[in-house]
Amino acid sequence: MIHRATARYAARLATVLVLVSVATFALLEFIPGDRLAAVLPEGATPEMRAAAEERFGLNGSSAERYFTWLGHALQGDLGRSMQSQVPVTESVLERLPVTLELAALSIVLALLVAVPIGVYSGYRPGSVVDRIVTFVCSVTLSIPSFLLGVLLVFVFAVTLSALPVTGWTPLSEGLVPHIRSLILPVVTLAAVETVGFIRLLRNDMVATLQQDFVLSARARGLSTPRILLAHALRPSAFSLLTVMGVSLGRLIGGTVIVETLFSLPGLGTLVVTAITGRDYLLVQGIVLVVAVAYVLLNALVDLTYPLLDPRVRIS
Amino acid sequence: MNHSPDETASVSVAEPTTTVLPTGGGALLTERPPQTTTLGPVQRRRRRGRDIGAYFGMCWLVAIVLAAVFVDLLPLPAPDVIGDKYSLPAFQSIGHVLGTDQLGRDQLSRALHGARISLSVAIGATLLAMLVGTTGGLVAGYFRRAFDVVFDLSTNTILAFPPLILLIALVALREPSAVTLAIGLGVVGAPTFARIARANTIAYAERDFVTAAKSMGTSSFRILAREILPNVLLPVVSFATVVAATLVVAEGSLSFLGLGVPPPTPSWGGMIAAGRESLYENPALVLVPGVFFFLTVFALNRVGDWARDRVGRESSL
Repeated sequence: MIHRATARYAARLATVLVLVSVATFALLEFIPGDRLAAVLPEGATPEMRAAAEERFGLNGSSAERYFTWLGHALQGDLGRSMQSQVPVTESVLERLPVTLELAALSIVLALLVAVPIGVYSGYRPGSVVDRIVTFVCSVTLSIPSFLLGVLLVFVFAVTLSALPVTGWTPLSEGLVPHIRSLILPVVTLAAVETVGFIRLLRNDMVATLQQDFVLSARARGLSTPRILLAHALRPSAFSLLTVMGVSLGRLIGGTVIVETLFSLPGLGTLVVTAITGRDYLLVQGIVLVVAVAYVLLNALVDLTYPLLDPRVRIS
Repeated sequence: MNHSPDETASVSVAEPTTTVLPTGGGALLTERPPQTTTLGPVQRRRRRGRDIGAYFGMCWLVAIVLAAVFVDLLPLPAPDVIGDKYSLPAFQSIGHVLGTDQLGRDQLSRALHGARISLSVAIGATLLAMLVGTTGGLVAGYFRRAFDVVFDLSTNTILAFPPLILLIALVALREPSAVTLAIGLGVVGAPTFARIARANTIAYAERDFVTAAKSMGTSSFRILAREILPNVLLPVVSFATVVAATLVVAEGSLSFLGLGVPPPTPSWGGMIAAGRESLYENPALVLVPGVFFFLTVFALNRVGDWARDRVGRESSL
C-alpha cells in the first residue's frame, strides 16, 4: 500500500518536473524577435550569426534543442550568459546564497512574530487584541511589498537615518553591518508572510480549542499557556508547514522586488539585469532553477508530514 | 501522501485560511466544528464590520473606476504634459492638487491615468482567468478521465512556478503592452478559478437534478451550460475580487521593476518606482500613487472577503 503510494507520488513529482522544464524552455524559446540581437553587432554576416548560434546552442530544431538543453541542465550546465559569457550555473550559484538568506530569515522572523500573536488572537477571538490584529493584518495584506519597502526606507533610512538606504554588506565585513543592511529587506519580505501565518494560526486555534482533548487537558488542571503551546499548537503545525512551502515560493518571487529595491546581489537582481540585457539563456536558467527548487521544497514539505503526523501515515 | 506539492501551491493565489472548498489537503486535517446558524455577539460584530468594510470598499471601487473611465473629461492637465513647476508638493497649488513629479507632470492626472492601466489590465486578466479556468474546471470535473489528467497537469505546471517568476518568464522578454500583461496575469490567475469550478462541478454532477437531466437524454453541453454552470458560477465569482486584488499587486510589481506597460504611459507601480528617486525631497511622489494603490487593493480584498463569506454561508457544499 505504502509503496504504491510512494511510487505514485514519485511519478507525479517527476511529471511535474518534466513539465516545468518543458514550460521553461518553451516560454523563452518562442519569443518574437531576434534572440541574438543582444550578441551580434549590427550588419553581422550570416557566418557570424551561424557561429553565434553554434556557441549558444541555438542551432537545430526546437525539439532537438530542448533535449540538448535538458541533458546539459541535468549535468549542471545551463549554458553561458549571452552578455558576459559567464556560465549561467556559476552566476546562479554565486547569487543564490543572498536570496536564500533573505528568504530563510524572513520565514524565521515571520514565525517568531506570528506564533505568539496568532495563538493569543485565536485564544480570545473577538477580543480587542484580536480585532486590532485582524484589522492590522488586513491592512498589511493590502500593501504590496514594493510600496511597503519604499515606506520603510522613507521612515527608517531617509527620515530617521537609522539604517542604510540600500546596499549589501557581506558577513565578512562584520556581523553588525551585515545585519543592519538586512533589516529593512527582511522586514519587507516577512510582512506578508507574517499576516498569512497569523490568520492561519488564529483560525486553527479557534477550531482546535473547541475540541474535546483541550477540554480534557483543562479538566486535568493544566495551565493555559501549557494547553495553548503544548497541546493546541501541535495540530496547527501541519497547516503551518503547508503554508510555509507556499511562502517560500512567494518569497523567492518576492525577493526579486526586494533585491531590486535595496540593490542586493541576489538572484532577483540577476534576473532583472538579465531581462534588461535580453540575456534570455540566463533568464531561462534562473527560472528553471527557481521553479525546480520550489517544486522540490514543496515535495519536502509533503514528505515531512508523515514524520510529524501519524494520522497521515495511515492513509 | 494524499496531496501533491502543487495542491498546496494553489493557496498562494487564494487565501489559505478561509477557502470554501473541500480541497483534501493536509491543511484540513483538523476537524472543524459545523457552522452554527445562530450567531454569537462576536460573530455578529465581525460580520457587521465585514459588511461596513465591503460597503466602503465598493464605494471606492465605483469611484476609482468612474474616475479612470472619465478622466479625460475632468478639468486636469494631460498626464504627459510637461509643466514648468517641478516636484511640487501636494496640496499647495490649485492647479496641481496632488503636486507634480520631477518633470512637472500633474500627479493627480497621472494617478488616474495609472488607474486606467492597472484596472483595465487587472479586470481583463481576471475575466480571462475566470473564462479559461471555469471552462477547464467544468469540463474536467464533468467528464473526468483524460480531461482530468490534462487539467491536473496544466494547473500543476502553472502552480509549480512561483507566481512572480512565472510572470517574468511569460511577460518580461515579450513586447510589453497591456494585452501581454493581461494574458500573462490571466495565466497566473486561472488555476484558482479552475480548481473551484472543478470541485464544485464534481459535487453538483452527482446531484439528482443532473441525473434527471441525463436520464431525459439532455446533451452534455446543455447539462453543463444550463444545470451545472449556474451553480458553479456563484463560488467562482465570489473569488473574482480577491484574485483581482492579487493581480493588481502583480501588475504593480512588474511595473515597479520596469517590466510593465512602458513609459510615458503612467502606471502606479512605475510612479512609485520613479518617485523613489526623490524620496527625501518630495515623498508625495511615492505616497500619492501608493495611497491609490493601497485603497484599491484594500477595497478589492474587503469586497472579496465579504463575497466569499456570503457565498460560503449560502452554498454549503
